Amino acid sequence: MKQFQYIRPSTQQSVLEAINKPGTKIIAGGTNLVDLMKRGVTAPDKLVDINHLPLKSIASTKTGLHIGALALNSVVSENSLVIEKQPLLSMALKAGASPQLRNMATVGGNMMQRTRCTYFYDITMPCNKREPGSGCGAMEGYNRMHAIFGASQQCIAVHPSDMCVGLAALDAVVVIAGRRGERRIPFTEFHRLPEDHPEMDNHLAKDELIIAVEIPDNNFAKNSYYLKVRDRQSYAFALVSVAAALDISNGVIKQARLAMGGVAHKPWRLLDAEKALIGKTVSEESFKQAALIAMQGAKAYEYNSFKLKLAPATITEALKHASGLV
Amino acid sequence: MISLEILDLEISMFMESKTLNKRPVEDGLSRVDGRLKVTGAAKYSAEYNIKGVTYGVLVGSTVTKGTIKALDTKRAERAPGVLAVITYLNCPNIPGYHTDNQPAKGPLKIFIDDKIYFNGQPIALVIADTFERALFASSLVKAEYNKEQHQTDLKSNLSNAVTPGKAKDYTRGQEDAYKSAPIKIEQEYVLPTEVHNPMELHAIIARWDADDKITVWDKTQGVKSTQRSIAQAFKVPIENVQVTAPFVGGAFGAALRTWPHEIAAVAAAKVVKRPVKLVLSRADMFTSVGYRPQTWQKIGLGATADGKLMGITHEASGQTSVYEDFTEGAVNISQLMYASPNVNTRYKLVSLNVNTPTPMRGPGEATGAWALESAMDELSYELNIDPIELRLRNHADNDPLSGKPYSSKFLKEAYQLGADKIGWSERNQKPGSVTKDGWLVGYGMGTGMFGAYRSNATVTARMMADGTLILQTAVTDIGPGTGTAMVSIASERMGIPANKIRFDMGDSSLPPSPTQGGSQITSTVGSAVYDACNELKDKFKQVNGGTDSTDYVQVLKQHNLSQLEVTTLSKGGSEMGNYAAYSWSVHFIQVHVNPATGVVRVNKAVSVADAGHIVSPKTAASQIKGGSIMGIGMALMEEAVIDHRYGRLVNNNFADYHVPIQADIPQVEALFVNKPDPHLNPMGAKGMGEIATIGVAAAVANAVYNATGKRIRELPITPDKLI
Repeated sequence: MKQFQYIRPSTQQSVLEAINKPGTKIIAGGTNLVDLMKRGVTAPDKLVDINHLPLKSIASTKTGLHIGALALNSVVSENSLVIEKQPLLSMALKAGASPQLRNMATVGGNMMQRTRCTYFYDITMPCNKREPGSGCGAMEGYNRMHAIFGASQQCIAVHPSDMCVGLAALDAVVVIAGRRGERRIPFTEFHRLPEDHPEMDNHLAKDELIIAVEIPDNNFAKNSYYLKVRDRQSYAFALVSVAAALDISNGVIKQARLAMGGVAHKPWRLLDAEKALIGKTVSEESFKQAALIAMQGAKAYEYNSFKLKLAPATITEALKHASGLV
Repeated sequence: MISLEILDLEISMFMESKTLNKRPVEDGLSRVDGRLKVTGAAKYSAEYNIKGVTYGVLVGSTVTKGTIKALDTKRAERAPGVLAVITYLNCPNIPGYHTDNQPAKGPLKIFIDDKIYFNGQPIALVIADTFERALFASSLVKAEYNKEQHQTDLKSNLSNAVTPGKAKDYTRGQEDAYKSAPIKIEQEYVLPTEVHNPMELHAIIARWDADDKITVWDKTQGVKSTQRSIAQAFKVPIENVQVTAPFVGGAFGAALRTWPHEIAAVAAAKVVKRPVKLVLSRADMFTSVGYRPQTWQKIGLGATADGKLMGITHEASGQTSVYEDFTEGAVNISQLMYASPNVNTRYKLVSLNVNTPTPMRGPGEATGAWALESAMDELSYELNIDPIELRLRNHADNDPLSGKPYSSKFLKEAYQLGADKIGWSERNQKPGSVTKDGWLVGYGMGTGMFGAYRSNATVTARMMADGTLILQTAVTDIGPGTGTAMVSIASERMGIPANKIRFDMGDSSLPPSPTQGGSQITSTVGSAVYDACNELKDKFKQVNGGTDSTDYVQVLKQHNLSQLEVTTLSKGGSEMGNYAAYSWSVHFIQVHVNPATGVVRVNKAVSVADAGHIVSPKTAASQIKGGSIMGIGMALMEEAVIDHRYGRLVNNNFADYHVPIQADIPQVEALFVNKPDPHLNPMGAKGMGEIATIGVAAAVANAVYNATGKRIRELPITPDKLI
């Protein structure tokens, strides 16, 4: 690890000024960044610690739930407003990492975490995300954990977050501060697909700061479920995960939200499958049909073809749980 | 030696912990060093504050085979705080590396030449005044290589397997007799590479006290063997090497040998003329201290229609390095386990560009039992006979290998105990026929066995004027609770409470004990404690004019003695020549398998040990549970993966290399037959470290088959293999 500077501004304005310089990185919980620095994947000249900014609040607004970017993953997952209004988010958070990590990790940091692709972490291996132009080690390598949707010739890595899968399903909005003021973008447009620039994980500009996420009120609280399939029951990244939220009236689905994790460079929202569910009665058959629709366009590699079977099975299971079928 | 201050502190902490143990021995003594361990007061090898210590960081090769073309260490040498960058170009002569009659193959010699045998092989050791500076400087060492074509893939190199010098093909009766049996199965089983990964990283602090005098604080399973290895490597008198390891944070075999990094640390301490601390990184742990080798196996079983085995054929090919042949008893269990008239085994090695494997808990036998006990399960379904019944029909009443009677064997009782506990009667022989809450339910079992041994150890027993009994021997405790078992034995022998007994260990200056490994320490060192206590009692009797008294304080006082001491060498009994001695285990597993997602949950685990008289019930139960958990990990999770294009590991960290975490493990029940072995040693105890794991993986795989009808013959059983 090379030597670096460390500053801890106390105002948002001074953070925004500090991060506008090359070689600067923001640190919040540090649960991913410190690993990246230790492995030599990233070597910032300066760390800007934002933990002293007042961005930890979780509050109801007129239209929904406001969650500060520095709210801890553990705190959000245990928050009574979250559990009452958006239980899916609580479930997704609890499926992620380990209690120790959730006690450190923040909402904004969770969104900014990098892929766990082994070729990204090993600096002796080729990786277009770490070193553009060096090639993709995973494409013809050990790609068991890798993408089946939205990959490019440059990169087949997946986004590792569970929380983000929940937020993508719940139509969350990201509140971003920049030197010219605030902007809001849909959560599903925050992360990006690799295309020809896998080094860019998302659309946050270098001089911007995530300050909050907002989740609009909905009718999904009763019928939500987050199902994560993994190699062990805690502290393992998803082989496939599914966030499912349904608004059910008299056994008929009025609205549906579905997103998958472990399958793409970003949380993978399943809009077509959602549409297919609207107006359907709650049944395993309609869930299976939706899952089939969700899988259109999937493409597997040598070690991850099991995801072509596992993903639809997980969608169906998650919907069964969300709807109360099991 | 450790400074007296530190020693005093440790003794006082140790004594304090003893006062907590108020329960009588009969109920099972609590771990005598438990409080030290859970409070962090137990000092592990990296935790000694040695004056003037410096820090080492290893740099590993990034190619898998070839030679070093150029090494640039200048930037590293100029980095702040750096004291030395040691490579093959400047490493001081390690005299033990240059002996006459060098064999063609042998242990890796570090920093001796430009040759690269495996990815991650150390090419440099950076020494600096702080760990952080050493770590930073290590990133500045640049190497260029002449790369050569490497081979790291066992499966694609099976045709290159050769029978190693140490292994012989074995035949009893007729070869391949299974082929002509009315009922037969023939299957291949693959075990991936597993890495010991004890929680404590390997660590050594090395200090030269004089030109021919060395002290090390080292993670090792054997302070005496480390003492010997270091003395040989540096050609110093053996008594001039002091090795200290009073606590070892798990090892499972990974600290049986003295590894190249330990020699490098000692060499480096000479170069910088200051003590050097070298702690391996977790990634180093995957390439520096051995592993359970990936092994391909093929089993043929033939039986009569009523389930009598007519033939067993067991072949195995395991991987080893190109510079050293590592052999283990993978096929031996098929020679030993069942009363089959015809058995033949073949064991081969495939040399690859990988580091050398090393014994990992239940070495060989755990690998072999996974295949044999899976195959027996397959045969039971073929015959439609209950798997336990099949084993009972082939129960060996005498050792099939030697024909000798067993020193003791209560395996049939173990089957019964475990079957009752897990609820075996609930099992349905038809796979996939039981469900609960939408999950498939299955039961499986597997048998384990391992040789029961006793070798030589010497113990000093010293009764102090205040009634404290001090026992001393060099043995280490890598976790099973050796200290607790020894205190239990001494307490029973001397008739004094456990909190009046102190057991000193893990120090090469103490009387010799064997390396902790091979499930022999309770038997060997326990016998020495037993004998020493008896001798001490005799001495007391003598002093006391021929009258027995357990009021040792009074006797010492009466005869104006400050202490009374004996040093006893205890040897394995020659009567063992007439018997074959083994410990036995039976493991029962109940799994729930999600039919949609392939997720396996172990819902119940019961392990039964026939390990003679249990001298320390609590720590014995912990050892059996730990071994069972290790076996569950072996079955469901553990796999070190190499990207063969690069010959480099892709999951050499704890996020990607999975071992079970708490949520994966149900309440594991440990049961004991608890009948003494009348021949092996005076306690009637047999070892149990290995049998705790041997047979578990098959039990899990067999339970998965019973639940799903899917037979997984390549571990680990991850969800992708079941959907």
